[in-house]
Amino acid sequence: MTFEPRIVGFLCNWCSYAGADLAGVSRISYPTNIRIVRLMCSGRVDPVIVLETLAQGADGVLVAGCHIGDCHYITGNLQAELKINMLKKLLARTGLEVERLRLEWVSASEGGRFAELVKDFTDQLKRLGPSPLAGDKPDKNILASVLAAKATAEDFRLRLLVGREKTMIDDGNVYGEEVSEGELDKVLNEVIDAEYVRNRIYLLAKEEPLSVKDLSKLLDLDSQMVLRHIVVMRRRGLITVDRVEGTSPLYTALEVGQ
Amino acid sequence: MKRVEEETPRIGVFICHCGINIGGIVNVPEVVEYAKTLAGVVYAEDNLYTCSSVGISKIKEGIAKHNLNRVIVASCTPRTHEPLFRGACEEAGVNKYLFEMANIRDQCSWAHMHEPEKATEKAKDLVRMAVAKSRLLKSLEEPEIDVTPSALVIGGGISGMTTALCLAGQGFKVYIVEKEPELGGMLRHLYKLYPTMQDASERLNHIVNSVKSDKGIEVLTSTVVKQVKGFIGNFEVTVQKANGGTANFGVGTIIVATGAPIFEPVGMYGYGEYDNVITQLQLEQLLKDGQLKKPKSVIMIQCVGAREKEGRTYCSRICCMTAIKNAMLIKDLYPDTDVHILFRQLQTYGEHYEEHYRTAQDKGVKFIKYLQEKPPEVISGKNGKLTVNVHHALLDEELKFGSDLVVLSTPLIQHEDAKKLSQILKVPLGSDGFFFEAHVKLRPIDFATDGIYVCGTAHSPKDTPESVSQALGVASRAAIPMALKRLRTEAITAVVNENLCSGCGTCLKLCPYGAIEKDEKGVARVTEVVCKGCGVCAATCPERAIEMRHFTSEQVMAQALAALGRAVK
Repeated sequence: MTFEPRIVGFLCNWCSYAGADLAGVSRISYPTNIRIVRLMCSGRVDPVIVLETLAQGADGVLVAGCHIGDCHYITGNLQAELKINMLKKLLARTGLEVERLRLEWVSASEGGRFAELVKDFTDQLKRLGPSPLAGDKPDKNILASVLAAKATAEDFRLRLLVGREKTMIDDGNVYGEEVSEGELDKVLNEVIDAEYVRNRIYLLAKEEPLSVKDLSKLLDLDSQMVLRHIVVMRRRGLITVDRVEGTSPLYTALEVGQ
Repeated sequence: MKRVEEETPRIGVFICHCGINIGGIVNVPEVVEYAKTLAGVVYAEDNLYTCSSVGISKIKEGIAKHNLNRVIVASCTPRTHEPLFRGACEEAGVNKYLFEMANIRDQCSWAHMHEPEKATEKAKDLVRMAVAKSRLLKSLEEPEIDVTPSALVIGGGISGMTTALCLAGQGFKVYIVEKEPELGGMLRHLYKLYPTMQDASERLNHIVNSVKSDKGIEVLTSTVVKQVKGFIGNFEVTVQKANGGTANFGVGTIIVATGAPIFEPVGMYGYGEYDNVITQLQLEQLLKDGQLKKPKSVIMIQCVGAREKEGRTYCSRICCMTAIKNAMLIKDLYPDTDVHILFRQLQTYGEHYEEHYRTAQDKGVKFIKYLQEKPPEVISGKNGKLTVNVHHALLDEELKFGSDLVVLSTPLIQHEDAKKLSQILKVPLGSDGFFFEAHVKLRPIDFATDGIYVCGTAHSPKDTPESVSQALGVASRAAIPMALKRLRTEAITAVVNENLCSGCGTCLKLCPYGAIEKDEKGVARVTEVVCKGCGVCAATCPERAIEMRHFTSEQVMAQALAALGRAVK
């Protein structure tokens, strides 16, 4: 049997869902691969939801909203764009193909465009092959990475940064200083890097106690770097020393209560 | 109505054939049998047309007979049919937010008519997704609010007064707050109004007298709006008098009609340097006062400080007609005076305005097109005489005119108080500095914030007839909630979990409606009647402390994972 990708689409009620309706009303055929979840606004798409959907084996995720400037809620689609940008940065670190996530603008009058889009995405995913996380035997490493990415998307610091990105570009930072998009992007990359690695460490140390050397090898990361993260994580009460083997302490994850 | 949150879901699924629209492609009986196997589903049936009166009765019967507490209709799009089915649920005693739809026509049978088997599989998936969400649905109530039957009109120009009179005529109390010591706005400075050539003062006196004699209108001159709190139906307004005294009152709606001043082109074409380089507005004043001494040659320059490459890129819309009007008035007064209008593009839109343009030509007013890249030059000579050099774009020739009066047509620009007022009302300004409507076509005179409206030149440059039309439109819009007296607002709103909120304030700035504020405890609080339910705050909240009713993370997740045949972990 040929591979039929499973696409989950998160569509805004006012433009993209209406565009999908119009494709049907106009009897424009497109592949059956997409399953649509209707939301009021593309800005409702929490990065955590996207990562969970991918972690559970969706071959592709489509987020679609009104064209820029046409958002029913004025600026919701701009917020969606910021979140998808962040998600793509995160995904790029996991080993799961970034192309599995797409953000598109489809207006209520673009039935044809919606159909084209689904066809194009389906073809693209067919070329890419099944998600390594689909089926009963997901790729363990990639799954661990995506789950770390999901934990990162839940992180306060990263969410705060993404949530304030637009106001910081428009109005400057809390000190009233202008912040350029380039600078902000740099900070965003740094936060993503740091938090993603910490979440990887946390999830690995949750399974079994590990040394800096073990972690360094598992994460393919300089041991000095791993140690630096461990210092931060110990201070935050995320991990602790389980026992010392030889001269190396083995770290284990602490339960973090909400 | 029964409260069912705690009850075990008893879901009924009604699957529509839609004649042959669905049933001709999708194997509906197979989908019915499948639906029966899903957790929480206690009843499933198919209907020829679920939206017919028979179908609606079947839903109601099903609810009663099988004690359903959640209903799913798998048929067409919720964008058209959800209200109908929700109504059926309500009539049968099930809260309308416990209803869910699966779109197996528009997004399934119609789009996949050549692949019936795959369409049937997809229909099953869509039903499964709806069931997954349905299990987690909660009943919701739409908050009702009272509307104070009074309006605040900010600005006592022609627009504000027109709105005020119209609203007062319908029996609503109106407050006009005018910053200047007297009513009238821009019209006080104008001479004649095109295209009727009526005296501006005549027009103005008539409306000012009507306003002053209307018992329903309270005029507060030399007064500005200091603070506005609340939301549609229940705004609390604080105004400040020029003497520093303040007053408070409550209104149900607010109309922004603050107008727009004209641009002072200091440093352009010798304005501010030579006495005989003036603006159209100054010319109006001279004409009005009968002070215009006979000039030999008048040159009017259009688009001064307007339609620029950067900054004021917009067309001010009124300047071409104003120039034509004043040129004709000069011609009427002094027929042998030469009048030239140097324009980039002449905007005399519509039948009457075009006629005006032709009349001006007949009266001997000359029109010369210049290019933005080659603007005219104004050079001062002896005895205050001016020389104007212009490249005639159509002849492709340099022309030189002697002139004793140069008149600059400058655009209407952002009001100096606009920024402050936009912050007080939490409504946006566009990139050109004018107040920005909710939607250019769908909601052209509303702000995104309910209960606040905009008209006249506060919104964009426009002339008197256009301002009056918009002002009357606004009066109609503002009258709707006030006539209704009570409003039902959105039930799909954001809700903050106080225990999780850290008070970071990210959501306050994100909300396009200003629906979130910090309460006395320093945590975010949503004013439900202001919230529109987009869910951006919920998707963004750093602490994940905000939940979106009817689209909770849990519900969305369940629906998405059901698409993959998985349950939420």
